[in-house]
Amino acid sequence: MEKASARVPLYSRLVVALPAGLFVWFASMVPSVAGGEAQFASIGWLPQLGVDLAFHVDGLGLLFALLITGVGTFILLYASEYMRGHPQVGRFTAFLVAFMLSMLGVVLSDNLIVLFVFWELTTLTSFLLIGYSHGDSAARRAALQSLIVTGAGALAMLAGFVLLGNAAGSYSLREMLAGDSDLAGHPAYVAMLVLVLAGAFTKSAQFPFHFWLPNAMAAPTPVSAYLHSATMVKAGVFLLARLNPVLGGTDEWGMTLTGFGAFTAVYSAAVALTRTDLKQILAYTTLMALGVCVMFIGLPQSRGADEVPLGAVAAVAFVFVHALYKAPLFMVAGTIDHSAGTRDIRSLGGLRKAMPWSLLAAALAALSMSGVPPFAGFVGKEILYSSAIGSTYGVAATAAIVTANAMIVSAALLVVAVPFLGQSPATRPTPHEGRWPMWIGSLVLGVAALGAGLFPRLAFEWLLLPAAGAVAGRQPHFEASLWHGFNLPFALSVVTLSAGALAYWQRNRLTGALGSALARLPVTGDSAYDWLMNGIARVSVVHTRIVQCGIQRRYLLIVFATLGASVLTTLVVKGVIAWPARIPDVSFVEWLLAILIAASALVTIRSHSRLMAIVALGVVGTGIALIFLLHGASDVAMTQLMVETLVVVIVAMVLLKLPGFRREVRQTGLGRWRDAIVSCVVGLTTTLVLLAVTAEPSHRRLTEYFQKTAVPEGFGANVVNVILVDFRGLDTLGEISVLALAAVSAYTLINWRPRRSARAAARSKAFPEAEGAAKPETLS
Amino acid sequence: MTWLVAGPIVVPLSAAVVTGFLMGYGGIQRLVSLCSGIALFGTAVALLTNVWNEGVTAAQIGNWPSPFGITLVADHLSAVLVLITAIIALAAIVYSFEDIERRGLATVLHPLLHALMAGVCGAFLAGDIFNLYVWFEVMLIASIGLLVVGGTRAQLDASVRYAALSLIATTLLLTGIGLLYGLTGTLNMADLHLRVQEVENEGLLTVIAVIFIVAFGIKSAVFPLFFWLPASYHTPKVTVSAVFSGLLTKVGVYALMRVFTLIFTNDIGYTHEILLWVAGFTMVTGVLGAASRNDLRRILSFHIVSQIGYMIMGLALYTPLGLLGGIFYTVHHIIVKANLFFVAGAIRRFGGSSRLARLGGLYRDAPLLAALFFIPAFSLAGFPPLSGFWAKFLLIRASMDVHEYAIAATALAVGLLTAYSMTKIWLNAFWKGRPEDAMPTRPPSRSEGFFLLAPVVGLAAITLAIGLYVQPFYELAERAAQELMHPAEYVGAVLGEDAVSGAGPSPAGPGGSGN
Repeated sequence: MEKASARVPLYSRLVVALPAGLFVWFASMVPSVAGGEAQFASIGWLPQLGVDLAFHVDGLGLLFALLITGVGTFILLYASEYMRGHPQVGRFTAFLVAFMLSMLGVVLSDNLIVLFVFWELTTLTSFLLIGYSHGDSAARRAALQSLIVTGAGALAMLAGFVLLGNAAGSYSLREMLAGDSDLAGHPAYVAMLVLVLAGAFTKSAQFPFHFWLPNAMAAPTPVSAYLHSATMVKAGVFLLARLNPVLGGTDEWGMTLTGFGAFTAVYSAAVALTRTDLKQILAYTTLMALGVCVMFIGLPQSRGADEVPLGAVAAVAFVFVHALYKAPLFMVAGTIDHSAGTRDIRSLGGLRKAMPWSLLAAALAALSMSGVPPFAGFVGKEILYSSAIGSTYGVAATAAIVTANAMIVSAALLVVAVPFLGQSPATRPTPHEGRWPMWIGSLVLGVAALGAGLFPRLAFEWLLLPAAGAVAGRQPHFEASLWHGFNLPFALSVVTLSAGALAYWQRNRLTGALGSALARLPVTGDSAYDWLMNGIARVSVVHTRIVQCGIQRRYLLIVFATLGASVLTTLVVKGVIAWPARIPDVSFVEWLLAILIAASALVTIRSHSRLMAIVALGVVGTGIALIFLLHGASDVAMTQLMVETLVVVIVAMVLLKLPGFRREVRQTGLGRWRDAIVSCVVGLTTTLVLLAVTAEPSHRRLTEYFQKTAVPEGFGANVVNVILVDFRGLDTLGEISVLALAAVSAYTLINWRPRRSARAAARSKAFPEAEGAAKPETLS
Repeated sequence: MTWLVAGPIVVPLSAAVVTGFLMGYGGIQRLVSLCSGIALFGTAVALLTNVWNEGVTAAQIGNWPSPFGITLVADHLSAVLVLITAIIALAAIVYSFEDIERRGLATVLHPLLHALMAGVCGAFLAGDIFNLYVWFEVMLIASIGLLVVGGTRAQLDASVRYAALSLIATTLLLTGIGLLYGLTGTLNMADLHLRVQEVENEGLLTVIAVIFIVAFGIKSAVFPLFFWLPASYHTPKVTVSAVFSGLLTKVGVYALMRVFTLIFTNDIGYTHEILLWVAGFTMVTGVLGAASRNDLRRILSFHIVSQIGYMIMGLALYTPLGLLGGIFYTVHHIIVKANLFFVAGAIRRFGGSSRLARLGGLYRDAPLLAALFFIPAFSLAGFPPLSGFWAKFLLIRASMDVHEYAIAATALAVGLLTAYSMTKIWLNAFWKGRPEDAMPTRPPSRSEGFFLLAPVVGLAAITLAIGLYVQPFYELAERAAQELMHPAEYVGAVLGEDAVSGAGPSPAGPGGSGN
């Protein structure tokens, strides 16, 4: 894979300047945003429907924007080295940058529909990036899976947004937040909630939609580090945080978020311990982190409303802490993969000598992840604990978060201690440190985690509290500090660390137990997904085999049956079956003709001889012509007679030339009765409609006008002729065209030599299936 | 004004005659064909400009006063559709230069193509329901001719199926027109709008409306009348199937939109409810059909059916926003769907097959083609910021505004399945490695690169433009929808302002659309 000698394309280094520049730009906004001045810019997009390209930089948006651009800078730098010598680096880099911009769009949009647009763009770019190794079927499957799962959620979310917009009267988040519309009391509140949560939970991979995220690790490591850990998967968390002041505060909101989040956190932390692939372990710890964020956004605080909204502070702080440690760990995992050739912790060990810088970066990140003082992770964890203790679900929430965190401590040890400090396996090729772009980013982020832990007040006042304020809907008064004294959260921290270390020590026994427990689960999300996709494929095949069966006769039958059934039903429902008020005088000759026509029609159907059938059909036509004649329409009658004669003659000639149809199947038994019923119903309904129409008063306005104006203005004594060539000349032009077209088509069809041109033959030799690709449906 | 409105019929009809006589003169025929395509485009632009500035424009053919003579009418809907038709025609002509042989019988394509365009434009512009029928016939015969260009067995088989089922529709349409004439004594559609309000037997009018649903339903390939489409669209030359996919069924949809806003609005609770159900079933059955297929053109053909459902849905909602969404969807669909067929042709040319199992590796070997497939495919699947997203969004919003949640949910779910089958193509044709036994992909020659890909690039650019700069397109669709909801302007343009005063505005829909 890696070609160390390959050149790094210049653009992939230069492109780093884009996120770096954006980071500086956003950083320059920090003072004003922290001071409560949000930036806002808007241009119309589809103003008629209230969709404006409106962007809004407040505390929450700014925190995410800084994470996206800050982590993005290092990821792009890392990727430029990581992808050295890989094919399609240009496309890869372009998608990565496109993703970054889309993600910025998500977190800065003020308009829900615009947010959705960017949301879907992140889905698309994620799809393209997961499928980078497109020769690998697992990568293709993972790409499709992420698209389907998050795409399904997004569609539900779109419906939710429409409901939300209709209820609030605007798609603008600012207006929703400012307005006093009581969405929680809206009759569609639960529907909105479910739909929006569907979008957020799928994107942020909450149980039971979590399975796509570990599979998405098929992407190159820079993508996993960036999209599927630090940024994109946080979009769901971001959305929940964003909408918390709008939709939150209800029991439904609190219970759902806390429940799903807590379960996801504990479940995936447990699964993380059973994995042996570094990226898989990290993916599951990411799931845990997402679960924690979701849980704390929803976690209802039991203390009075005027107290500090600790849940919001905890969630925001954890987002920040997680981004600072998870991206470095992923990048280190990628570096290990690069230099040691594997990511399986069972075959890794002793890398400390060969990769000192990576070790340093990984250690910093892992310490923060474990929540060891004085890292940011410790500060974050303390807030999580005090928030959980103070919540309405006090004991349960605390138990869940402590359990999950303890397992995360073991996971951190697994990820760092095993590869770097463990025994080095003998059979490995000599590992080597990656070039500087591969560890500098991890190191800087690790140091940042340390810095934020040492100076928590700085991080909180400038970044986290403004963000938490946006989540809570009011500015929290919160004093952040590294050391809170010996209190319950600190005790829990100690418990967490010791439990985590204990679990690491006993990891073989623990993973065995966990593994067998997990294997006993009847359904996994992944298998449910497969079942559903296969189900859709199978249903579609069966469904299509039934409706598009390839038998022309059945198509005709269905079309006629539809016609008969729908018209008859309407006739009955609308009660318009009516006999004409006056029974028209039907002469003896007319009765005779009617009987003749009916009898010939019967002969046509019953006859086994084609010639007989076509002659009988001719009699039907002639009979109708005679009826026209009896009613004085001699022009029409003449036309009809000529047409009938020609049809009989031509069809008879063709039939004589035709060979007997092979494989012709005649209906027998029930099929024949079914056909008879359908045709009778169609005939009957047509008759009934006709009778009903003739019962209505007739209109002679057009006729009178034509009769009156034909001679003086149309200059023709024959009214029919004047109608044809003048009043309705355009129709005649069309009909003439029809004849000419039919003639041209017939001419070319007859003269078409069924031999292939030289070129077509050559092509079909090159690609033998090219001609056969379009097989006819069997005609019967 | 008469010539302007008649232009989109006169230009292609004349072109059909001239190119017909030029069969066998390869180069000159192509040149004339191309020039006619450009002329049609110019005429269409002029017509739309005129309608945009002056409102509904009518032309009384032969100067006979309506409703006695035949009227051609261009409102915003007609003018927009004529313009899209011209764009597709132009793209098809360019594409055909590489797709169709230069000499020989295949050059019959040009006269037939122009005749088809005359039929399509005629149908869009007809202000007389019998005249509409005539243009349907022109389309039918021209399309049968086009279907057999190339003369393979599969094409003959397809043309028999197509012809038989289409003829039923045509006959049925004629029956419906006859009955309607018997009931009202007029054929002029604006006049019909007034006359049907005088009909006392409203139930009978509803019965006739149902006959029209079935007749136009076959034409627009709705459930359960769509069989002819998947049975035929994958067989002809790529140029032909692209034109068919873009335009033919949409004329049926247009006709439904026209008559079910202008004429049959007496029993919306019944007729439009039927249409709503039809729309839902059409969406689902089409997308399932597409999911079951493994050949590019067959997949795309079934998607046409599915998307007809969305357009009908807009009409069935019968609110300003619903109709707007339906119209927007129609325009978006024509561009995207024709483009996908063009791309499918290019894939077959360069990749050697149109069956997914035999394709692969095009992402690596033909990145431009990959990009050109990606845009229309994901637009079709409704991903932003492409035209399909807005089309879908408008319809979802419209249905939710009037609390039709079931159809909104169906539309969203079908959208997901559409994405599924587009990604199926993407994964198999582009990402998957080439099958062992397949020939290596063939780099396009310069001529192929230009003639096959230029139309694709152009149409993809339009898709992007609609997606990114949606407002003017929305406004156009909005005007068109307003005219459909309130036919007074249409009627006034045809019959004179005096006629309108007698008729009130058409009854309001089941609910307004809020902004």
